[in-house]
Amino acid sequence: MIELKNVSKTFSQANAKTHALKGVSLTIEKGDIYGIIGMSGAGKSTLIRCINMLERPTSGQVLIDGIDVGTLKAKELLKIRRSLAMIFQNFNLLEQRTSLENISFPLELSGVSSKEAKKVSLELLELVGLASKKNAYPSQLSGGQKQRIAIARALATNPKVLLLDEATSALDPKTTENILDLIKDINKNLGITVILITHQMEVVENICNKVAILDDGAIVKRGKKECFKTYFNLKN
Amino acid sequence: MFQDIFQSEKLIEALVIVKTEFPLAIFETLYVTIVSTAFAIIIGLPLGVFLATGDKQGILPLPKGILKGLNTLINLLRSVPFLILMIMVIPITRHIVGTSVGTTASIVPLVIASAPFVARLFESSFREINPDIIEAAQSMGATPLQIIWKVLIPESIPSLISNGTIAITTILGYSAMSGIIGGGGLGKIAINYGYYRYKTLVMIFAVILLVLMVIAFQLLGDYLAKKSDKRFTA
Ligand SMILES: Nc1ncnc2c1ncn2[C@@H]1O[C@H](COP(=O)(O)OP(=O)(O)OP(=O)(O)O)[C@@H](O)[C@H]1O
Ligand SMILES: [Mg+2]
Repeated sequence: MIELKNVSKTFSQANAKTHALKGVSLTIEKGDIYGIIGMSGAGKSTLIRCINMLERPTSGQVLIDGIDVGTLKAKELLKIRRSLAMIFQNFNLLEQRTSLENISFPLELSGVSSKEAKKVSLELLELVGLASKKNAYPSQLSGGQKQRIAIARALATNPKVLLLDEATSALDPKTTENILDLIKDINKNLGITVILITHQMEVVENICNKVAILDDGAIVKRGKKECFKTYFNLKN
Repeated sequence: MFQDIFQSEKLIEALVIVKTEFPLAIFETLYVTIVSTAFAIIIGLPLGVFLATGDKQGILPLPKGILKGLNTLINLLRSVPFLILMIMVIPITRHIVGTSVGTTASIVPLVIASAPFVARLFESSFREINPDIIEAAQSMGATPLQIIWKVLIPESIPSLISNGTIAITTILGYSAMSGIIGGGGLGKIAINYGYYRYKTLVMIFAVILLVLMVIAFQLLGDYLAKKSDKRFTA
């Protein structure tokens, strides 16, 4: 379970302060696919980056299974990060590594032997349906294929949670649907909690069981997806 | 003047010098250039990493004073003209090599002059890396050293090779200059025969060879950089 308690983040530049998050509180249960939706600049990326402390909240707490991650020492934080895998809009694959080597990258980081890493990576390539692309470099893959590799990479270290930052925003509708199906399967079959942020209503409607709307750094509405019917209708 | 140059006896004389003295000179030039570049890279690579990762928001933040000192030292060394630097570091050269003249001795000023240059070149290579990729590695729990060894350096290999090529060709040019204070190689031949003995033809041959060597290094570097880069394999 992930709890955000009154999380605020203020960016201070030389002569301006940006209040990106203003006291956000959220509870994400195990097994949720929790969608956070909001307009550009609402603070979505900042929020998701606070969960794994890529961004340190200015105030408030982030509790993961009861542990206040803001108070962890560097080493413990690195360990927690391995259980929270992140997926990005621009895939962020290593461009000088093959698909297979990209997937084994997080395993290398955690000291898994290269033989074991290769075995796991091959299985994951199979899982995301790209076994034939194991020796391809990112430059040789389509956007959707890159995101599949990124998902396989995220799964390599057996995370408890997937954090998706606009994971489908760079993809066409058909590919988006495929990727969302894959995420759904992963959530169902592997029991991995998913937190996704997006500005696309369709994404939320398609796979989330819970939703929060973030506007100008504050949650303005949250709850089960069913409570958001009117929003979806407005859109469609 | 040019009529003289191509008078056949002068040409024959020059060709004799080319035959007797050039093989050793070519070897010396290559030796000095390659060894100096190797040392410059050994010193410049870690410095480049520190420069690119050492600021407050960086991957491996350094104490502010150290980073500033490093920057100042590099700027200082880079702004001293090589000819003057060569003379200034003579005591250091003598200390390390035992003598301040000769081919091997010329390696010391070359390394001192080019290591800061290499550090800057490599710093710029590392800064080209997409910060999102580094952030992805951080999100996977990578330590700063893992990011340097497994992301920063491997991802910038093509750029490091390109910049290394700039370094080696520049060092080749500098090495020719060290002929003035007793360094060996083609530079010494060009200066000795062309400047002190008015044998212009010998100088021209030496210069042509230097140019050819620069071109060869450049072509090789371009080839290796391209071959190592997996971003455009399609
Ligand atoms: N490192 C930073 N320094 C200063 N301001 C920042 C920084 N990161 C984000 N901000 C500001 O915080 C606010 C929220 O940004 P954030 O990236 O979280 O928005 P977002 O909801 O993810 O938007 P988008 O949909 O465009 O990705 C913006 O006003 C942005 O300018
Ligand atoms: Mg964003």
